[in-house]
Amino acid sequence: MAKNEIKYLTAIKTDKRVKKFCRFKKYGMRYVDYKDIEFLKKFLNDQGKLLPRRLSGNSLKYQRKVSDAVKKARQMALLPYVTDLLK
Amino acid sequence: MNNYELMVIFTPVLSEDDFKVAQKKFAKLVVDNGGSVVAENAWGLKALAYPIQKKTTGLYWVMEFTAAPESMERLKIQLLRDESVLRHLCTKLDKYAVEYNARKKSGVKTGNEKMMES
Repeated sequence: MAKNEIKYLTAIKTDKRVKKFCRFKKYGMRYVDYKDIEFLKKFLNDQGKLLPRRLSGNSLKYQRKVSDAVKKARQMALLPYVTDLLK
Repeated sequence: MNNYELMVIFTPVLSEDDFKVAQKKFAKLVVDNGGSVVAENAWGLKALAYPIQKKTTGLYWVMEFTAAPESMERLKIQLLRDESVLRHLCTKLDKYAVEYNARKKSGVKTGNEKMMES
């Protein structure tokens, strides 16, 4: 056994993290429609809460627009305020 | 003149004709105040995500129109006064929203499709 072999207590991370991106910027969407519920559901969790930016990867500008659209949809009873098993 | 979009939920107890009369009433109100109706879309009976005034369904109606900002107050009063209206939402549309709606009407891809896949 070679003497200069380095041993780690924990396995070193080898897989590179995938860089997150803003979907709106990538696909050139400028408007978030509050009527398109299936689309908005992509940014919600099972309880109907808005996903944070750290998970969705949206830029701040579009996260705000998504949040406004979701709130409008909730007011018009298109999306529930509180629920379980939305999807 | 601004672009607006109005979404109204009517009570489900309205008959087919009453529903049309109510639609016409608000469309006429916009025209009388010097605006013009761009598009109308009646979604019809739809289940509500939560009960409003103890009703679980509602008649949805969406109208896109142009109007002077001063006339919006008059429209709002009429909407609130009407007992057949459960809820309404008026949105001012920016130029991107107008473009999006026009694309959706003509069936051109809006870019949503690509995002739905990812």
